[in-house]
Amino acid sequence: MSLSVLIILPLLTAIALLLCNGFRQVRVVALSGAVVQLIYVLWLLGAYWQQRPAGNAAAILFEEDLTWFASLNIHYHVGIDGIAIAMILLTALVTVAGILVSWPVEKLSKEFFFLLVLLSLGAYGFFISLDLFTLFFFLEVAVIPKFLLIGIWGSGRSSYSAMKLALLLMGGSALVFVGLAGIYFNTPTANGPTFDLLQIAQAGISTDVQELFFPFAFIGFGIFTALFPFHTWVPDGHSSAPTAASMFLAGISMKLGGYGCLRMALLMPAAAQSYSGIIIVLATIAIIYGAFATMMQTDLKYINAYSSVSHCGFVLLGIGMLTKTAMMGAVLQMVSHGLMTALFFAAIGMLYDRTHTRQVAQLGGLLKVMPFIATVFVIAGLCSLGLPGLSGFVAEVTVFMGAWQREDAWYRLATILACASIVVTAVYILRAMGKVIMGPLLVEGTGSLLQQGHVLSDARWNEKLAAVLLIIGIVAIGVAPFWLTELIN
Amino acid sequence: MNYSSYITLIPLLPLAGFIILGLFGKSLTRSAGILGTFLLLVSTVLAFYTAYNYFFVSGKINGIYPPVTALHYTWLSFSPGLSIDMGVLVDPASVMMLVVVTFISLMVHLFSLGYMKGEDRFATYYAFLGLFTFSMLGLVLSTNLLQIYIFWELVGVSSFLLIGFYYDRPAAVAAAKKAFIVTRFADLGFLIGILILAYYGGTLDFNMLIYRLTATNLSPLTQTPQIGFMGISLLTWALVLVFIGGAGKSAMFPLHIWLPDAMEGPTPVSALIHAATMVVAGVYLVARLYPVYLLDEAVLQIITWVGALSALLAAIIACTQTDIKRVLAYSTISQIGYMLFALGLSGYGDTATGYSASLFHLFTHAFFKSLLFLGAGAVIHFVHTNEIREMGGLRKLMPLTHITFLIACLAIAGIPPFAGFFSKEEILLAAWENNRFGYILGLVTSGLTAYYMFRLYFRIFWNRTPSYSNHHGEGSWTMKGPLLVLAAAAITVGFIPFPHFVAVNGQEEITVPLRFSIAPVAVAIAGITIAYVLYFKNNPLPRKWALAFRGMYKLVRHKFYFDELYLFITKKIVFNGIAKPAAWIDRHLVDGFMNGAGWATTRLSESIKALQSGSVQNYMLYVFGSIIALAAVFIYWT
Amino acid sequence: MSSIPLTHILFVSTALFFIGVYGLFTRRNLITMLMAIELMLNSVNINFVAFNKYLYPHTLNGVFFSLFIITVAAAEAAVAIAIIINLYRNHRSIDVEDAQEMKY
Repeated sequence: MSLSVLIILPLLTAIALLLCNGFRQVRVVALSGAVVQLIYVLWLLGAYWQQRPAGNAAAILFEEDLTWFASLNIHYHVGIDGIAIAMILLTALVTVAGILVSWPVEKLSKEFFFLLVLLSLGAYGFFISLDLFTLFFFLEVAVIPKFLLIGIWGSGRSSYSAMKLALLLMGGSALVFVGLAGIYFNTPTANGPTFDLLQIAQAGISTDVQELFFPFAFIGFGIFTALFPFHTWVPDGHSSAPTAASMFLAGISMKLGGYGCLRMALLMPAAAQSYSGIIIVLATIAIIYGAFATMMQTDLKYINAYSSVSHCGFVLLGIGMLTKTAMMGAVLQMVSHGLMTALFFAAIGMLYDRTHTRQVAQLGGLLKVMPFIATVFVIAGLCSLGLPGLSGFVAEVTVFMGAWQREDAWYRLATILACASIVVTAVYILRAMGKVIMGPLLVEGTGSLLQQGHVLSDARWNEKLAAVLLIIGIVAIGVAPFWLTELIN
Repeated sequence: MNYSSYITLIPLLPLAGFIILGLFGKSLTRSAGILGTFLLLVSTVLAFYTAYNYFFVSGKINGIYPPVTALHYTWLSFSPGLSIDMGVLVDPASVMMLVVVTFISLMVHLFSLGYMKGEDRFATYYAFLGLFTFSMLGLVLSTNLLQIYIFWELVGVSSFLLIGFYYDRPAAVAAAKKAFIVTRFADLGFLIGILILAYYGGTLDFNMLIYRLTATNLSPLTQTPQIGFMGISLLTWALVLVFIGGAGKSAMFPLHIWLPDAMEGPTPVSALIHAATMVVAGVYLVARLYPVYLLDEAVLQIITWVGALSALLAAIIACTQTDIKRVLAYSTISQIGYMLFALGLSGYGDTATGYSASLFHLFTHAFFKSLLFLGAGAVIHFVHTNEIREMGGLRKLMPLTHITFLIACLAIAGIPPFAGFFSKEEILLAAWENNRFGYILGLVTSGLTAYYMFRLYFRIFWNRTPSYSNHHGEGSWTMKGPLLVLAAAAITVGFIPFPHFVAVNGQEEITVPLRFSIAPVAVAIAGITIAYVLYFKNNPLPRKWALAFRGMYKLVRHKFYFDELYLFITKKIVFNGIAKPAAWIDRHLVDGFMNGAGWATTRLSESIKALQSGSVQNYMLYVFGSIIALAAVFIYWT
Repeated sequence: MSSIPLTHILFVSTALFFIGVYGLFTRRNLITMLMAIELMLNSVNINFVAFNKYLYPHTLNGVFFSLFIITVAAAEAAVAIAIIINLYRNHRSIDVEDAQEMKY
């Protein structure tokens, strides 16, 4: 049982991709790499489950520790707890689905799949790192591919969006680094400054230091997860990105930030306590204002991107509330939102491939011609508006229950406002769904395909497989959340 | 009695139907309906068996039917004590609902075999029916506040899917959206109410919650009344908020606007969801938490008045509508208003007659209202229009539908010995004992009900000679059978000694004195008579009166302009006032700031880029200049 | 030993250095500029030798350093000439103003 396999496998896949010829070979290699990884992750999950009843109560399992750079006391230290394994599972699922959806990509396919695999590598490394420097290292590994994926394969104002995304995320990384370096230099351990999470947690950081460096680290990670007012890269970035990149971006990359925020809040509880009011205010603004802004969007990808801002607000709200239940809700929301939004982007991508438009006004009644894709769209939408039986509800209700445990009237008000967003969510989801999926059949825009007698085909096998995979995840959480909450606990 | 062995099958069989038909429905075509109906038949038999066991085999203990938690496991745990549990709660109210839901659903399944024949998405229709039935059964069997909320949302979405079944009709889509969003808005209240109750009650379990809040002083909600918000105690807030959820689902004034539009769905669906089952969920919810509601008279007062007002307003509106299904929809609102009116009443006195009366009315109403809807469905199937002005004289062409429809009309009007009579009597009795003004309102509503139902009846079946040829008969036996069965039920269920079975604290029979019945029956007969005079034959009088009271008529005909009011709020205030500015601010201020930062950086670099001139000698100059400057600093600074 | 005081030598080296600087800034011919750089390097060499002789007469560090500089200067001249030849092949000129492509 070695966690390093999680990094080595994508690395091998990436190297193998570079040696491939022709896009048929490339995509097969990429898919098999991702599938093997998924199987390994499932096996890891099984192993993790066996450890717990066996009485292994250690907080972190499967630790590995190697000295990487001795003079600065940087270690390659990995290990997982329940939260990390949930995130890894999410990453593995989204990776397979994303590669399946990009099956027909022919333009520079080798580079495309290479970057996708590299992004997933960064995410895996990030989630298993217990050393703050390696954590930061993998965070950076995950940023660069996004820039290239959007810039090269994107549509619309792709270079603008890629630049905006990369600059904002780099800014976030810089803040993260300031925060981490601050922690590094101010940790009173016996053998000098350390990046090791566990040692830092044990040694404890003085409250002054926490209060000084917590905002840097938190805002830095917050930018990744669309913290208001640094969320504007989300709509532009998502809308320009190719389908798989959107899925990775929303499904994995935004979760890096959420996970980082959570780790920071756990590492510096005193500072988290003193800043929790500000976090809550920002999160509530993101939730309610993101939801209202979504209402006015006309492009399907913008709708989903803005709704991601709103949904990621729940993650930050859960973290900011600092109760155990709310934090669990935040993790649930990360996993749920990752799956759901990946599914949503996949569905939008499938629609776009066939109709060549994403404008809500130009589409209508697609249930008639592509029932499978329409159903996927509906399921993603229903999950987004928090329908019980799908994962969104579980996450949101957990956040609400946890948030309500804070007795302060202002916290309660924030919770009520967050609750109110479920109504707004219902409005924008149903508006989009009612127009695009239901109603009279309509496909307008470039070329007016219907008039040319173009037959709009339903999903192909790869798209069906991708959607089914994600739906299984969503339903598994929605119908039986207890396995996941037990895992996280 | 151990129910756990089979009672979970009752909701799970329709769910299985949903899954099977949803995944493989396309290849099943016609047999899809038969499969769905068969699964529900098994459920119905099991439900009746449960009722038999519960009421007659287990029987009463200490004078009441004890609630039994037949099944219970933790689904999602929040903190010690707080968890969503999935379970099955068997008590008189839930068993009664179990019987009603499975029975009506079975009738609707059967009826749809004929009604929906040849539909494109026949299997999908049955899949959705299965989903709805599962959710509704889950709702009535809930043991836990959040469990009921989960199924509450699920019935909402199945209602959405079924209303929007004809998805290519814009009106159906709009109605589905409206229904979902309005009830979602109400559910927000429900959710916040749950949060309050759960936090201060320390539990989400119904029995535990009721125990903590009523039997003991364990909860800060009842212990320290000073905990409050805006001068109103938290308990009141919680109960009102929960009631808002119920009022939304039950289409109570002022959240009633979605129900009439929901008639865009297939008619059997209206019979199932929007007459007999889902719309009474609000009543059921209040009944579930009844002991808690009894703690707070103010909330009960609110419920009473909301109920009475809805009953009256909806009845008035129903008198002017000309779409057969909309008349029935308003009638449903009115009858549910009646039920809530009765529920609220019992808080005044010591007797809780209102509780049984309300649930009794729920019970009888389910039968005759679904009969009315199915009858209306048969009529629509025959004449292909919803407009009653285009109907008339159908009694010869559809004899069976005519008779059953008449029975249902008599039942809803409260003519003895039909079912509605008994339940209405009990409600009015409760009103008479507790609230005389309410009693008068109830009586007026009752008269109006009789009037508009018979207006409908005469318009459809008499009035003028039919302009239709008997081209395809009344429909197959799958359509006629349910009508007959429901008609039989509408005649007989009133004789069930209902309060004996379902009462808030094991209270015995309610005896209605014979002389008390005189007034309600007289009012009903008066209503019928007026309808007879005006609509039995083609009569110019109604049109003249409508002209004479033009203003009022217009106001009522436009449903008191509620839709317009809501449209104003949503379009003008929410869309233009909140959402548009939010989107604008995001694009122009927040994103503008980001772009501005980028722009400023670009400008700065523009202005200093000339420094990099490409000329080596310039660079040399900078180097020497810098060195000299640095040297000067180091030499003369210190 | 009544010989030339240190300041005289320093004066020479300073003069030499600034003659080099002047040449570097004013000449447009790259070869001349290279020569100016050589002047500057040599003025530094003079300084090294002079300081070695006057301040630390028992060590040879300064002398060695100037030898080192001479070596480096030779290498530098070789590289610079190579660059200039390449530049001449591309631009048909060794005027420094003709080689200004490397700007914003």
